[in-house]
Amino acid sequence: MAINREYLGRTFPAAQPYEISRVKIAEFADAIGDPNPLYRDRAAAQAAGFADVIAPPTLAIVVSMAGSAAAVADPGLGLNYAMVVHGEQRFEYSRQLRAGDVVTAQATITDIRDAGRNVLMTTKTEIVTVDGEHVCTAHSTLVERGGAA
Amino acid sequence: MSAQVAYNDVEAGTEIAPASYPATRLSLVKYCGASGDFNVIHWNERIAKAVGLPNVIAHGMFTMAQAGRFVTDWAGPGAEVVEFGVRFSSPVVVPDDDTGATIVVSGTVEEKLDDNRVTLALTAKSGEDKVLTRARAVVRLP
Repeated sequence: MAINREYLGRTFPAAQPYEISRVKIAEFADAIGDPNPLYRDRAAAQAAGFADVIAPPTLAIVVSMAGSAAAVADPGLGLNYAMVVHGEQRFEYSRQLRAGDVVTAQATITDIRDAGRNVLMTTKTEIVTVDGEHVCTAHSTLVERGGAA
Repeated sequence: MSAQVAYNDVEAGTEIAPASYPATRLSLVKYCGASGDFNVIHWNERIAKAVGLPNVIAHGMFTMAQAGRFVTDWAGPGAEVVEFGVRFSSPVVVPDDDTGATIVVSGTVEEKLDDNRVTLALTAKSGEDKVLTRARAVVRLP
């Protein structure tokens, strides 16, 4: 099944606010095998100038995926997830996520194009606190292998 | 966590010593849970092979996380990552054994920018395969 080109440019409403907890940050840091104390020890984070424990830079993908999930899971888009691999990923940070942040993620499909037998879909997801502070913009390109129209 | 790097002490062209990070089946299961990405190709060998992959593969974001760790370990606790991007050029294939795969990350200080920022050019390999290309991080140093 091919990806539905009519979804190009579509913006999906911001996902439910996502609260970044210390427990989530520590769990994610454990999962990536990173022992950095900035992700677990509030005193260490404050000594480095942060208000609280910060998140590893790539934790932003968890929030970003919460935003793009609505797009990826939309049956009208026609994405075959078992054939999907990650093509590219880029983050622009105003600052790192930290414990206590409550953020939303709003995804826009910015590109859909064929590349040989594959189809590439790029989304831009804005991660913003509920108070309106920009934290991160995530650009994700997914590759559906063999999905070219 | 390494010592703090200062902007004034950094020179373009400086190479950063490579570091190795393991990726086992357990790593992937943990990453599935922590990230919420349960795509079957990261944990189900039967389906991974049925859809044409050599075996279960690591999440691209797991590999990117290792490159991120390389950056933050080098930059030190007082640095801030302001931009980070990669292209996933080849999958990290994770066999069902006790060793798994090894991701080797290396890097170079590519350029010094204004506002205390530096650009790092990164490479990541698993075996002979370049698993990341166009990998760059911009960090702001004290």
